[in-house]
Amino acid sequence: MSKMSGLGGRLYRGETAVDFIGKRRRWYSVSALFILASIAALSLQGLHLGIEFKGGSSFTVNKATATIEQARSAVEATGIPGELIVQEIGSDKVRVQTGALDTVQNNAVQDALAAEFGVSVESIDTQIIGPSWGKEITRKAIYGLIGFLIVVMLYLAMAFEPKMSIAAIAAVVHDVFITVGIYALVGFDVTPATIIGFLTILGYSLYDTVVVFDKVRENTRAITSNSTKTYSQAVNHAVNQTLVRSANTSLIALLPVGSILFVGAGLLGAGTLKDLSLALFIGLAVGTYSSIFIAPPVLAQLREREPAMQALAKRVNARSGATVVSSAAVAVVNGRGPRNQPKRKGRK
Amino acid sequence: MSTTNKPVKKDARPGRTLAILALVLIAMTSLVFIQGATSIRLGLDLRGGTSVTLQPRIAPGDEGKITSDAIDQAVSIIRQRVNSLGVAESEVSAQGSGTNRQIVISVPGDTGRRVVELVGQTAELRFRQVLASASGIPAAVDTAATPTAGVSADVNAQFAALDCTKLENLQGTGADAPTDTLVACDRAGGTKYILAPAEVLGRQISKASAGLDTQAGSAWFVSLTFNNEGTSAFGALTSRVTSLPEPTNQVAIVLDGLVVSSPRINEAIPSGTAQITGSFTQLEAQDLANVLKYGALPLAFDRGEVQQVSPTLGADQLNAGLLAGALGLGLVMIYSLLYYRGLGIVTVGSLTVAGGLIYLLFLLLGEWIGFTLTLAGIAGAIVAIGVTADSFIIYFERIRDEMREGRTMRTAVETGWVRARRTILVADFVSLIAASLLYFFAVGGVRGFAFTLGLTTLVDLVVVFVFTKPLVALLSRVTFFNSGHSMSGFSSKSLGTLVAKEA
Repeated sequence: MSKMSGLGGRLYRGETAVDFIGKRRRWYSVSALFILASIAALSLQGLHLGIEFKGGSSFTVNKATATIEQARSAVEATGIPGELIVQEIGSDKVRVQTGALDTVQNNAVQDALAAEFGVSVESIDTQIIGPSWGKEITRKAIYGLIGFLIVVMLYLAMAFEPKMSIAAIAAVVHDVFITVGIYALVGFDVTPATIIGFLTILGYSLYDTVVVFDKVRENTRAITSNSTKTYSQAVNHAVNQTLVRSANTSLIALLPVGSILFVGAGLLGAGTLKDLSLALFIGLAVGTYSSIFIAPPVLAQLREREPAMQALAKRVNARSGATVVSSAAVAVVNGRGPRNQPKRKGRK
Repeated sequence: MSTTNKPVKKDARPGRTLAILALVLIAMTSLVFIQGATSIRLGLDLRGGTSVTLQPRIAPGDEGKITSDAIDQAVSIIRQRVNSLGVAESEVSAQGSGTNRQIVISVPGDTGRRVVELVGQTAELRFRQVLASASGIPAAVDTAATPTAGVSADVNAQFAALDCTKLENLQGTGADAPTDTLVACDRAGGTKYILAPAEVLGRQISKASAGLDTQAGSAWFVSLTFNNEGTSAFGALTSRVTSLPEPTNQVAIVLDGLVVSSPRINEAIPSGTAQITGSFTQLEAQDLANVLKYGALPLAFDRGEVQQVSPTLGADQLNAGLLAGALGLGLVMIYSLLYYRGLGIVTVGSLTVAGGLIYLLFLLLGEWIGFTLTLAGIAGAIVAIGVTADSFIIYFERIRDEMREGRTMRTAVETGWVRARRTILVADFVSLIAASLLYFFAVGGVRGFAFTLGLTTLVDLVVVFVFTKPLVALLSRVTFFNSGHSMSGFSSKSLGTLVAKEA
C-alpha cells in the first residue's frame, strides 16, 4: 500500500511518468479493436433481450423439490403457444418464461403450476409484460441517453472548455459501445435494470473524466505564458498526477458494485440486483480505462490543433531541444520550481 | 460583521460546524419520533404484492383523446375501484408526463389476479338490442344462410366468420363505438351476436350492487339503478323490443365488447332498475358492481407490466439488498483504513454520518412525500457509497498533493480543500444530472434507483462540506496527524516525499 503511495508522490512530481498521450495510437487501436469486435458481435449475435422488451410472461415457483421437467410438462399441457424457457434459479426456484400471453392464458399457466407443485397461485412470482411495453421502455431509454449526453455536454462546456466536453462525450460513447458489445458477445440478458446500469455508467465514467480534466485545466491555465511544456505534455502530467486518485476512486466504486453483484448473482440468482450491478461492473471498468486512455489523448489532439498550442509546442521544443524527460527533470531539481508558479498565479 | 476579514477566515471554526451538524441530526431524529415515522416504507418488491402498469391504448386517429385530464380521471376511477378491495396502503398514481403518462397501481398482499382484472377493465357497459344470434363456432356450412335484414353485408360476413372458441375473441376490447352495429361473443364463447347500436350507456347507471338470488340456487347477480336519463332510455328500449320476434326481443348487456347476458324482455321496464345475471361467482359479481358503480374509464388501457411478488421473495430481496449494502460499506471502510491509515477514520466517520442522514431522510420522506424504498432504490444507495467515498479520496489526495509541494498539513488542508471542492462540485453535479434524467425518463422501480442515487449524491455534498472538511481541519491540529506519524496516512513515506529526497 505504501509502495502505492510512494508511487503517487513520484507520479505527482513527474519522476515516474507513463506516456499516455504520446502512445495514444496504441490505446486508440486497442479501443478500435474492441469497438470493431462489439459491432461484429452486435450485428452477428445481437443483444439477448429479456422479456421486458419482447413482451412475455415469467412465472417463478418457490419450491425446493420442483424440477424443470415437471414445470415444463405442466405448462405445455395448457396448450399455450410459443417457446418455453424453463430454468432453475438458485437452489430452490424454477422459472418458466413464455412469449406474450393474454390474461386468460396467463391465468391458465399460473393455475397449472400451482396445481402441479401444490402451491397457492399467489405464491407464484409473476411478471407479465405486454407486447408494446418494450417499445415504450426502449424509446424512453434512448430519449434518456440523448438527453443526458446533450445536458452533460453543455454543462461541461460551461464548467470546463468546449473541447473537454467533446473529449469527455467521446469517451462516454466509447464506453457505451464496448459495454453493449460485451453484452452481445457474452450473451448476458438485457433487461430494464441493465439499461439503468448503462445510463448510470455514463454518469460514473464522466465523474472519473471530470477529475482528470479538472487537473488538466489547472495545469494548463497559464500554459502559453511560459514555455516549459507543450499542451500534450501538460495533459500527460495531469493524467499521471491523478492516476492514483483514479485508481482509488474506481476501486472504491467497484467494491460496493461488486458486493451487489456477488449477493445478487450468488444469493438471489437473478433479477434487478444482478442485472444492474453486472452492467455497472463492466461499465465501471471500461469507464476507468477511457477516462485515462481515451479522453485525455482526444483532448490533447483537439487542443494541439489550435495555432496558439502549436506555437507553444514550437517554443518548448526550441527551448529544451529535447524530450519530455528533460523538462520533467528540470522541474524536479528545482523542487517547488517554475512548474508551480503559473498555477498559483492562476489562482490569484 | 467580519466582512472585511481576509478570505483565509473561511471555516476557521470547524468545531462549530460539527456542533451544528450534530444539532441538525438530533433535530431530524426527534422529528422522526414526533411524526411517528419510525420505519421505512418498503416497496412491493420487498414485502410482496402486485403492481400493474397501464398504458393508454392509442387507436389510430384517436391520439387526441389521451389528454392529461383523461388520465387524471382514469386514475381517480381506478383508485376508487382499488379502494373497494379494502387493502390498506394501496396506491394508484400516474407517472411520466403529458400524453406519455402511465398509470401505476400497487396493491400489497395476496390480491394478485383480482387486482389485475379489476383495474384494466374499461368497464364500458352498454345495452344493445340483439339483431341475430348463433352458436359461437363459425358457420362453415351455413355461410349462405339468410343474412340478417337491415344489416350491411360486411357485418353479416364478419358475423359468419367470428369464431368464439378462439381465446383472442374472448378478451373484450372495449374498443366498440356505441353508435356502431357490433358483432360480439358472449363471455363463455358459446354464442355470438349481431347487436344494434347502444341505447343505454354505463354512465347512465347511478347505483350498482351485487346480490344473491337464493331462489335460483346460488346465482350471483348485479342489480343496477339508472339515473333519470337512463330510466327513460331503458324504458323506451324495453317497451319497443318486447313485442318483437326472437331473438330481436332480447337486450344484450355488453361489457368491454363482450356480451355478459342477453335476457329476453318480457315486458316494458319503466322503473329504472335492471339485473345482470350470468354465471358469476361472488367475487366476480362484487367486482363488477364496483366497476360499474365507479364508472367507465375514459380511455382504454393495455396492461404494460404486471408484477406479482410473493412475500417470501420480497423478504429474500430485502435481505439480499441489506446484505449487499453491509458488505459494500464494510469493504469500502476496510480499504480506506488500509490505504489511508489514520485518515481512513475520517472516511469511516463520514460514511457513517452519510448513512445516518440517508436513513433519517428515508424515514422522513416516507412520511412527507410517500417515499417507498424498492430493491432498485437500495441498489442506488449502495452504488452511491462509492460516489460518496470518491469525494473523500479526491480531497485526501489533494491534501497529499499540497503537502508534496512542501506545505504543512494545516495549510494543505485549507488550500487542498479549495481545489478539491470544485472538482467534487462538478463531479457530483454530473451525477445529479444523470440521476434526474434517469428519474424523468424512467418508469416504476427504475425511478426508485434514480431517486436514491440523486438523494445520496446531495447527502454526499452536505457531508463533505459540513463533516469531512471540518473533521480533517480539526485532525490537522492533532500531533498524530500533523507530525506525519507513520500510521496517520500523512507520513513522508506515504506521501512519497522521502523517496524523492533519496532519489
